[in-house]
Amino acid sequence: MADFLPELGRAAPRLADGLLVTVEATVLGAALALVLAYALGLLSRSARPPVRGAARLVVEFFRGTSLYVQLFWLFFALPMLGFRLEPLACGVLALGLNFGAYGSEVVRGAVAAVPRAQTEAAIALGMGPALRLRRVVLPQAHALMVAPFKNLLIQLLKATPLLSLVTVPDLTFQIDQLRSSTGATAASYLLLLGLYFGLAVVLSLGMNALERAAKARAGQEGGV
Amino acid sequence: MWDGEAAVAALPTVLEGFGVTLVATVLGFAVAAVLGLALALIQRAGPVWLALPVRGAAGFVRSTPLLVQLFAVWVLVPGLDAPVLGVLVLGVHYATYLSEVYRTGIDAVPKGQWEACTALSLPRRRVWRAVVLPQAVRKVLPPLGNYAVSMFKETPLLSVITVHEMVHEANTYGSTHFAYLESFTLAAAVFLLASWPTSVLVRRLEARLAH
Repeated sequence: MADFLPELGRAAPRLADGLLVTVEATVLGAALALVLAYALGLLSRSARPPVRGAARLVVEFFRGTSLYVQLFWLFFALPMLGFRLEPLACGVLALGLNFGAYGSEVVRGAVAAVPRAQTEAAIALGMGPALRLRRVVLPQAHALMVAPFKNLLIQLLKATPLLSLVTVPDLTFQIDQLRSSTGATAASYLLLLGLYFGLAVVLSLGMNALERAAKARAGQEGGV
Repeated sequence: MWDGEAAVAALPTVLEGFGVTLVATVLGFAVAAVLGLALALIQRAGPVWLALPVRGAAGFVRSTPLLVQLFAVWVLVPGLDAPVLGVLVLGVHYATYLSEVYRTGIDAVPKGQWEACTALSLPRRRVWRAVVLPQAVRKVLPPLGNYAVSMFKETPLLSVITVHEMVHEANTYGSTHFAYLESFTLAAAVFLLASWPTSVLVRRLEARLAH
């Protein structure tokens, strides 16, 4: 323990690299998940049964087959079919697909929760489907989506240490190296848990600000 | 390429792992359900000196990765069997989620129920046991079910502390027989086959309780 702090100082650049990889995986995974969540969420409200059915199938598939299996499948099994992805790409893809499927339920639920009269009023004003969605339905749905998205984002952050299992040098990976070189197990893991907690708090505060902004834009209470 | 024979050969190993996965889920969820309720009650009705630290600790456990918690407890608490330790850590982690679920259930019990209890001067213990909890738990059965399904899908994490659950078995089989494609695809299929009907069931329950 006495020589933990000097070791920590020497390891600081590597820990910073690890932190960066963790943030990168979280941001890229969340971006992919967000795009998929919108696409699948809106498609699963389509009026055409085949489109709706296909979207539901994709969602159920990626929700139903555990993130861990998806990640390991991309890392170990996909190369046997002749495609090899970078470890970080495997991680981002697995996070994006899995959380995108969960997120699509949030989008679907939020859009469904916008009162029907809003759509009817927009139709009465002669707005087309795209304009209706963009200017009337989505701004109101956004305000409802932010809180569940915040939970998903924190879940996603908490899932990133998995990437260290497929050789991605993230924060967990780097601190595990520090632990084995110093033998200061308790201090290393406490530091690691503390760092993740800090990241979760930062994300949480950011999403709270987003929620206030979304509510203000939709002209709802609680906004500025 | 996909090899049907290799898949058939890997099936018994993967299914054996599935047995461990199921047992870990059932035991882990039992721990989470009981401990989660205790955490919710302490935060709701316990003395402040206990409720505040419990809330803080639960928030910390809830916001940090299960994988790191498993590693930390595995290395720092020697002398416990990996499966026992895995079930306990899984249970405690999910208890912090479930305590929030119970809390919303308790908050959703109408105020009139509490007032009626006061009017009848029921003792506090009976208020909770006979009036509030039965209504609160009934309301939150669907989210509890959803958490059971998501815990089921998180049990592969126990493989990092050498518990021989399904993904661990699939990984070992894949590396010794060079059949990752078959073994992991089978594991994915088993997860899908097991979790999909369960989520359909939970959705039905949700629809029934809504009326």
